[in-house]
Amino acid sequence: MFRYIPATEEDRKEMLDVIGINSVDELFDDIPKNLKQSQPLNIGAPMSEIELKKRIEELGNKNLSNLICFRGAGAYDHYIPAAVDHLISRSEFYTAYTPYQPEISQGTLQCIFEYQTMIADLTGMFASNASMYDGATAAAEAAMVAATVTKRQEIVVSKSVNPETRKVLKTYCKFRDIKVVEIELDEGATCIKDLKDKISDKTAGVMVQSPNFFGIIEDLDEIRENIIDKKTKYIVYTDLVAMGILKTPGESGADIVIGDAQSFGTGLTYGGPYLGFMTITKELIRKMPGRIVGESVDQDGKRCYVLTLQAREQHIRRYKATSNICSNHALNALAATIHMSLLGRVGLEKVAEQCYKKANYTLRKIVETDRYKLKFNRPFFREFVIEGEESPEIINEKLLKDGILGGYPLEKEYPELKNTSLVCITEKRSKLEIDSFVERMGEI
Amino acid sequence: MENLLYSKEHEWIKVEGNTALVGITDHAQKSLGEIVYVELPEIDDEFEAAEAFGVIESVKAASDSYMPVSGKIIEINEDLEDNPTLLNEDPYGTWIIKIELSDKGELDSLLDLSAYNELCEEDN
Repeated sequence: MFRYIPATEEDRKEMLDVIGINSVDELFDDIPKNLKQSQPLNIGAPMSEIELKKRIEELGNKNLSNLICFRGAGAYDHYIPAAVDHLISRSEFYTAYTPYQPEISQGTLQCIFEYQTMIADLTGMFASNASMYDGATAAAEAAMVAATVTKRQEIVVSKSVNPETRKVLKTYCKFRDIKVVEIELDEGATCIKDLKDKISDKTAGVMVQSPNFFGIIEDLDEIRENIIDKKTKYIVYTDLVAMGILKTPGESGADIVIGDAQSFGTGLTYGGPYLGFMTITKELIRKMPGRIVGESVDQDGKRCYVLTLQAREQHIRRYKATSNICSNHALNALAATIHMSLLGRVGLEKVAEQCYKKANYTLRKIVETDRYKLKFNRPFFREFVIEGEESPEIINEKLLKDGILGGYPLEKEYPELKNTSLVCITEKRSKLEIDSFVERMGEI
Repeated sequence: MENLLYSKEHEWIKVEGNTALVGITDHAQKSLGEIVYVELPEIDDEFEAAEAFGVIESVKAASDSYMPVSGKIIEINEDLEDNPTLLNEDPYGTWIIKIELSDKGELDSLLDLSAYNELCEEDN
């Protein structure tokens, strides 16, 4: 990166004279007029640093920050230890781009290696790649892998998979001529009967989410048992925090496990950047998009790290790449790695346990108000669906006045789920916060 | 090696009646270096001449393997899945695929040993 170097009018004229033109615009004559901005950008007059800082602060203050968050639906308000931000802010990490040269980026490569090891361990799978854009794109890429290896053009996906993930999946599939077939819901979980009906010898992959969009823990073993075609790949979208107390998808026979690791190290940042992960079985490892960092020894026998298994990456065989993933979210992956290592096995278990117990406590208290009932009677992790008389939008508006971000209204994505909302409790919510949330909910 | 035919893409083919074995030449394995993975096609897959039927990955690069002539895959050498370096150790003794020829006439366009040797010398 260069420092800002101002060019005076004189400097500009001198440069233009050298190349023999009269104005900067002449440089861009080849671009058709209709593609060019015809007026100057509407960004106001220049400001001094003091004025600019003030203006930005004013804009920033318009944001509703510090709300007490009871919303999840794919983005989770978990506690991020202070060390995470401190460490990723070191310039050797936040300025580093992807590590092509092992001789100068051993630190970055080791981080990715540690990240992959932890993600593979948590999901119970053979190997993880170096990370992906977010959970939704990871899901789409997993579908592409399934279609490529099976040479089939149909993906069967449960309606209990996050609606936004399904939208991204459909967009990717549309341009690869892959048909997306959706499985209906049964009490907020994947309907096994519908799965049986829709799965066929054309199915490249079956995709489910657990804990699913409604927070419900799906019976991954039962779903696996119903995928009797040996070729069909079993794709499970999961949550890493839940892995603290749940059986891993790997143990349930998943072929590809994906998800979003935003809960680890990446806060709620209005949509991104998040962090996708993908893990895979040994059999499919060469079909996984992106790269893997391997551990080896150098010529002196010292431990070292190198990029490996990247033959399908864009910079080697671009025209053969099955994915557009070339870079990864290395900084977010590093944040997740630090977060996971700070928690450790016991810490993660405690976080997961707290989410589970606090969510169950909240539900019990909400039901006790007599104004809401649990919509689906199924085991859940940290989110659950409640149904009431009032529209969730109105409830949320009132909660907002008390600085509370209420549950996610489901009707927009699931028209059959009128007056329902998805409530999320993380380990960050104190008993006091939960009790006052329930009290306010009871009054509405 | 005298009884083999060669493609310009450095595959050899050994014709036995209506079927043929296909592998890569010594020149090909030397330029690839240590081979670490061979991606094989599936039985019954059909390919045109010059179409890629698989991928050979070495520590240096990943290259497609091309069909010397059109045909259908009737057998694949599964030993390569566990032991891809066989292609380095014994390129002419290690076949990759066995195919059923769909047009024997296409064999005429392939090179014999002396023509292939000339091609390799030009390469060098």
